[in-house]
Amino acid sequence: MNPFSRFLVELQDISFLFWRMLRGLRKQPRYFDEMIRQMDSIGVGSLAIVSLTGFFTGCVLILQAYPTLEYYGAQSSAGQSVAITLIRELGPVLCALMVAGRVGSAISAELGSMVVSQQIDAMRALGTSPARKLVTPRVIALVVTLPLLTVAADVFGLIGGGIIARYLYALDANTYITSLRAGITIQDIIGGVIKPLAFGFIIGLISCHKGLTTQGGTVGVGKSTTDAVVLSSITVIIADFFLSKVLQGFFGNTLF
Amino acid sequence: MFETETISRQQSPISPIVPAIEFRDVDLAFDDRVILDAINFTVRRGETKIVLGGSGSGKSTIIKLILGLLRPDAGTVLVDGEDITNADEQELTEMRKKIGMVFQEGALFDSLSVYDNVAYRLAEEGIDDDEIEHEVIRMLRFVDLEDAIDKMPIELSGGMRRRVGIARALVGSPSIVLFDEPTAGLDPPTARTICELAIKLRDLEGVSSIFVTHEMNNLKYLSSEYAIVDGEGQVFFEQEGDKLCIINTKVMMIKQGNIIFDGTDEELKLSKDPYIHRFITGR
Repeated sequence: MNPFSRFLVELQDISFLFWRMLRGLRKQPRYFDEMIRQMDSIGVGSLAIVSLTGFFTGCVLILQAYPTLEYYGAQSSAGQSVAITLIRELGPVLCALMVAGRVGSAISAELGSMVVSQQIDAMRALGTSPARKLVTPRVIALVVTLPLLTVAADVFGLIGGGIIARYLYALDANTYITSLRAGITIQDIIGGVIKPLAFGFIIGLISCHKGLTTQGGTVGVGKSTTDAVVLSSITVIIADFFLSKVLQGFFGNTLF
Repeated sequence: MFETETISRQQSPISPIVPAIEFRDVDLAFDDRVILDAINFTVRRGETKIVLGGSGSGKSTIIKLILGLLRPDAGTVLVDGEDITNADEQELTEMRKKIGMVFQEGALFDSLSVYDNVAYRLAEEGIDDDEIEHEVIRMLRFVDLEDAIDKMPIELSGGMRRRVGIARALVGSPSIVLFDEPTAGLDPPTARTICELAIKLRDLEGVSSIFVTHEMNNLKYLSSEYAIVDGEGQVFFEQEGDKLCIINTKVMMIKQGNIIFDGTDEELKLSKDPYIHRFITGR
């Protein structure tokens, strides 16, 4: 099969999985317990790495931007520069990439192992739809927790930026906070939460699809795990561009 | 020896002459590779069909077709007289309630305890907790694993995993049980225990089954021994011979997607086909 046909087949399979997942939401049983368990494992479990990523991203943003801002005498806009970059772009994207690495790989490996040990077949033989039992709770958990994780990453990033601005560049804390408050608009915040909603959906669906289509034993599990992380990361980055464009269309192109 | 309890089978309104399973001209291919080529066979009610064949011959595929996990490219698969070839997922789910499936390695859910594994089907159906507990204990007693009820699958030996798999398959008292190489990789005494369970199901519960295997010992046990219960409820296994002759166990051999033999074990042993001869004797 040539790469284009393979891409179309994958797209078709993912669309079917999406459809079965939606049907899973409509019918009983809905596996709320499983959703809560997944939210705990995905959300609470990823909080530390996401917060750390956000914190140091905020730190490095100020570290790199401050000298330039100082050159133009715009030190008072330091907070604004970190806020817009983090909340609009880096927060959602970095958070999604971290979660794709940690959670996407785990989902794909878990479902892949279930496929090769025939647990998925057993589940179907026992009258349960794997899409409803396994895919729906994971995707919903990702869609709910990724925006929350992104907000945590943003907050820690802004704190990190503030610490560097205050202690490395001796910027007054009040100036930084005032600049933050002036720089963040409600559109930025809404956009910064809509993006991770879409990213959570992308990571969940791709990782589950890759896991459930695992072939060829333990080697296959490794391959599907790699594919899940690579494909969801790339799709997140591509989707980010188009989402940004759509959000710009909705909210207008807010300037610094 | 086992103590036995009567398991009430799902009562089907279908006539007893209607076969439990029937394949009519079933074809299946993956890309260019032919897996099954115009397969025809039936499994009558209460009959055990032993499916023999080398690795990759298409044995396990037959089981997946019966469960509706795969769909044939052509032909018809009937379960209890119902055509499941084009059934949707909802219809297949209903049909699967009649079938118990025992997987090669047990296929137990790693994240669930033995209790939860066996209880899985009933819990999914929203059955009352007390009823589930009663049924799980009954099934674990049937496979002689009542003590392992709180263990996790990782703590079980290979043979115990298969037996838990059998207990899970039997919950809900299905009228058809499919065994997919349930003794592969087990030591001979444990493999014998698995065969004894299959014999008990056939002779004491009247279950129709397909027993996929490539081990000749399984064929010997299933086609030459039968189970009886004494007055105290103890189960014994006796050799066929003077008292009784087993007629509800048939053998089918598959080679590269084709049925090359379908008959009794005695006929199989008399076969002149060189492949069958080599398969039986190993030479």
